[in-house]
Amino acid sequence: MTDHNPDQFSVFKPISRSLLRLIFGPVLALLYGCTGIQSTFSAFGVEAESTRSLTWVMTAAATVITIGVLWLAWYAARTPASQLDYKGGMRVIFWFGALGPTLLLSVLLVFSLSKMRTLPTGTDDLKIAVTGEQFWWRARYLPVGGQSVETANEIRIPVGRTVAFALTSPDVIHSFWIPGLAGKVDMIPGRTNDLVVRATQAGVYRGVCAEFCGLSHAHMAFDVVAMEPAAFEQWLTNMAHPATGGDSPGRKLFESYGCSGCHTIRGHIEGATIGPDLTHFGSRLSVGAGTLPMTLDAISRFIRNPASVKPGVMMPDFREISDKDVAVISNYLVELR
Amino acid sequence: MSVAANSQPDQDDPAVRAAQEERLRAVWSPPSGLFLRWTDTNNNVVGIWYTLTAFGMMLFAGVLALIMRTQLAVPENDLVSASTFNQLFTLHGSMMMFLFAVPMFEAVSVLILPQLLGARDLPFPRLSAFGYWSFLIGGVFVAGSIFFDAAPDGGWFMYPPLSTNSSTAGIGADIWMLGLSFIEVSSIAAAVELIVGVLKCRPPGMRLNLMPLYAWYILVVAVMILFAFPPLIAGDLLFEMERLLDWPFFDAKRGGDPLLWQHLFWIFGHPEVYIIFLPSIGIFAMVIPTFSQRHLLGYPWIVLAAVGTGFLSFGLWVHHMFATGMPNISLGFFSAASEAVAIPTAVQIFVFIATIWAGRVIWSTPMLYGAGSLAIFVIGGLTGVMVAVAPFDWQAHDTYFVVAHLHYVLIGGTLMPLFAGLYYYWPLVTAKKLSDRLGRIAFWMMFVGVNLGFFPMHISGLMGMPRRVYTYSEALGVGTLNLLSTLGAYLFAIGVAVVVVDLCLSPQRQHVPRNPWNAGTLEWLEFAQQENWGVRSVPLIESRYPLWDQPDFVRHVDEGRYFLPDAEEGYRELMITSVLDARPLQVARITGPSVIPMIAAITLGGVFIFTTFHLYWEALASGLTALAVILCWLWTGTGIIPEKAEKHAGLGIMLPLYASGPTSPGWWAMFITMTGDATAFAALIFGYFFFWTVHTDFPPDPLPGLTGPGWYWPMLALALILAGWVLTIAARETNARGKVWFARVALAVAAAANGAGGLAGLAGPWNSGLDPTRHVYPAIVWIMAIWIATHAMLGVIMQLFVLARSLAGRMTPVYDGDVRNITLYEHFLALSALITFLVIGFFPRLA
Repeated sequence: MTDHNPDQFSVFKPISRSLLRLIFGPVLALLYGCTGIQSTFSAFGVEAESTRSLTWVMTAAATVITIGVLWLAWYAARTPASQLDYKGGMRVIFWFGALGPTLLLSVLLVFSLSKMRTLPTGTDDLKIAVTGEQFWWRARYLPVGGQSVETANEIRIPVGRTVAFALTSPDVIHSFWIPGLAGKVDMIPGRTNDLVVRATQAGVYRGVCAEFCGLSHAHMAFDVVAMEPAAFEQWLTNMAHPATGGDSPGRKLFESYGCSGCHTIRGHIEGATIGPDLTHFGSRLSVGAGTLPMTLDAISRFIRNPASVKPGVMMPDFREISDKDVAVISNYLVELR
Repeated sequence: MSVAANSQPDQDDPAVRAAQEERLRAVWSPPSGLFLRWTDTNNNVVGIWYTLTAFGMMLFAGVLALIMRTQLAVPENDLVSASTFNQLFTLHGSMMMFLFAVPMFEAVSVLILPQLLGARDLPFPRLSAFGYWSFLIGGVFVAGSIFFDAAPDGGWFMYPPLSTNSSTAGIGADIWMLGLSFIEVSSIAAAVELIVGVLKCRPPGMRLNLMPLYAWYILVVAVMILFAFPPLIAGDLLFEMERLLDWPFFDAKRGGDPLLWQHLFWIFGHPEVYIIFLPSIGIFAMVIPTFSQRHLLGYPWIVLAAVGTGFLSFGLWVHHMFATGMPNISLGFFSAASEAVAIPTAVQIFVFIATIWAGRVIWSTPMLYGAGSLAIFVIGGLTGVMVAVAPFDWQAHDTYFVVAHLHYVLIGGTLMPLFAGLYYYWPLVTAKKLSDRLGRIAFWMMFVGVNLGFFPMHISGLMGMPRRVYTYSEALGVGTLNLLSTLGAYLFAIGVAVVVVDLCLSPQRQHVPRNPWNAGTLEWLEFAQQENWGVRSVPLIESRYPLWDQPDFVRHVDEGRYFLPDAEEGYRELMITSVLDARPLQVARITGPSVIPMIAAITLGGVFIFTTFHLYWEALASGLTALAVILCWLWTGTGIIPEKAEKHAGLGIMLPLYASGPTSPGWWAMFITMTGDATAFAALIFGYFFFWTVHTDFPPDPLPGLTGPGWYWPMLALALILAGWVLTIAARETNARGKVWFARVALAVAAAANGAGGLAGLAGPWNSGLDPTRHVYPAIVWIMAIWIATHAMLGVIMQLFVLARSLAGRMTPVYDGDVRNITLYEHFLALSALITFLVIGFFPRLA
């Protein structure tokens, strides 16, 4: 038989394949399993990618060292008495205990120091001021030459451009963390901290408050959307516009229930700054700072009893509101795009 | 020390020995009776109460953790509310740290330190008892709050403003601050006791380099407590001033800064980790030589490593604050320091590995726990190096990765070694061994449980699960990992339960002979619990492992051939030796059972507890009672003039029965206490300059209510306090030269000067109308003036106390310990007054 028989290696293939699966299967499954909307493994920014590779290097080194130390301990325990004399013992302590760690840690320090530098910034970078408030996020976009735009509970950034966040808080300490983008930075009353990032891939991700901030610390998240620059510009232009639509029943109810005492809807009801700005609420991906999906039911539920969704929330409940009214308000809100 | 002129008792004569034993037994007999037994102060008994209470606190805090793990077993669970969950994790962390790990170290040390040193008791038995009762009262107060839904809920770190705002933190925050401050005070009391014990109560011949390693670790850790807890106490003081009186130390709107609390907390908090980890290494340093049947290899290495770890641990607190927006230079420095602490840790581990390599390992249950600890701790240590790297920490910080890391460290580095110690030392305390079978079953359940419970948390943390969330979204994809963690936690808990069962079965088991493990260190001289006197005679030490190395050692001790074989005058006596080379200096007489420590703890506890509920008059009454009780304690129990100057201490030497100044334990206790006090003061000064460096408006423009105290009153206060200091020194010198009346007058005038100085210090901010609620500048000036005034008043009480002692004939030109001790206090007072009044009087002008 001169022809190449494609089945010739068929005996080996399953073996090699199953061997590969056996070895890499768990690793791949683990890696696949570790990706997610809020995972440091699903890196989509320069800094998170760099930290992810640092994580792998350190994990590998830690694994080797753990196995090495435990093997040595096991070997030492098995060795009969007097196999190691005093001098030998001193050598073990010096080389493994003192010198080895010193050298390894020096290498690690030099390797990691370079990663502590912040990304270079320029004057034409997009600036976003974010404040963490119990338990939501106020975001103000400050594009160069453009007008500032306030929104809430959602961060959108252009891919490939440097973005500088200015982070603070008016109430308690929060921490601004988008695991896929960069490490976390605390938001501290009386201080403003900077975080400079650059996204590398478009997509929808999630950020979260990482510093314990009270009853609904667990419900203080936000959606993060990394967009192509053109799409981002279009979105930001849209966000700068006031809300459309004229007098609607929903808008009147929104005012008569007192919602406008806290929430601004630019173009409709202005001036209130206590709660999140709802100007383009309907275009957001979630309700209640990443807590509920953007559906009419979820909005109604939140309006009726926000504390059942987010314990300790500042917004009062409207349990007595009629089904009709709450539906009208929810419809009004979801149409604000 | 002088050589005895006449002959010694004949220790060869059994009748002589029996008579001696009878007298020792009578002197050291514990109090009995339903109530009186609780007045015991002997370290054997207090140590057991202390250990059991701390163990109970651990079980309680463990149950809290199980409730949390049950809540987190599945996404979006609603077993407990957010409010309950916040109380659970706050109390779990706070209790494990303040009510288990630190007290357990102190408990075990109180229990075994005298045995390790061949001493009969600790130098201040009543202080140990006081520490225990304070711990019990404060512990029950803090832990019990959860049954009233009033437990602290701000996290064990209690960051302001969340924990200072009255709208976001209820009485739980005050319970945490005041209840735990009380316990911190008792921890410092225990630290003083242990440091003096190690430095002054070693047996003759036991130079520092012959000391058992656990004693070294006690010394290092107690010194760390002395420097780590005071900054937290200073922080607690500022915190409560803000909560109770609205002084804005951490309020950014009025010039305060929440980060100051973080600095003070972590200056305490990071050494704290080593405070609870090092003692467990110390236990290994006792266990491993025994089961390798040889000396520990590398004694100097491990001592240097322990000291080095303690030292370095004070230089890396900022790694808990990497995400607070630090300058890069700080990041680099603290990253490097945090990584560097791995080096002495590695040295300690390899000392153990080298020892078992050189020796013949006996696979006992304690060694099994040791091996398991090593495996767990190495993983925790390496993830610790990972989080020391700032960029990685920015991702891992405040996520479940850190939860995994700290539990690997604390279970591998503290809890499992304690179980090793439990199985090792149980026969020393009860003369019975625990079951090897149950011990091994428990070990494997715990070992698998830890890894199953905590390993997945590394991954869930990096997958974005923050800490301290009472629930999590299914969308995170961490449901399975959390379920595994919960299963692991339960498995671990069952393992602990098996140990508890083993302990409960112990009374039914057979007695084992003395020194059942064939160990070489002094504590195994003990006949477990048969005699309350500790050792039959205080030995002369020539080796680190005297039971192995010194011929006929045990027989000589038992036949009373060493020091203090008798209690012929009917007193409880200890050998006091010199700090470095353990030369015999004094035979100290210590006090026996007393109800005073308990009453002192109750009344002092009252101050903290009443203040929590804003019952200020009751708190004041309780405080004055505490003061009276403590004065009574000092009057009746300290500085007692002996009936003769010297006595035979054995082996032909005569030793004085009284010492004053640096020879005496009391002087050292004052010195050590004041070092801690000065550290708290330094933390306040740090606060002053912290505000100055971080805020441009410090000090603020001198508007009404914000004008500084000027220089006149601060300088007058300083002059008066320095005059009090000089007069106290004069009193000490004239008293020693026999001019007793001159000394008495000097003391009286010194007290007047100190008192006036304290008041003049307060007059500065008072007369300039500084309003401490308006801005942080007036607040910190006031707190410093109050600090000095309070210390000056304490000085007045001491001066009048010594004056009364002199008048009552309890202090004489020869027996002058009292005046020497308060002179030491005055040195510290003068120094802190100097710094305070220069800073508040001149600094704003010069800055």
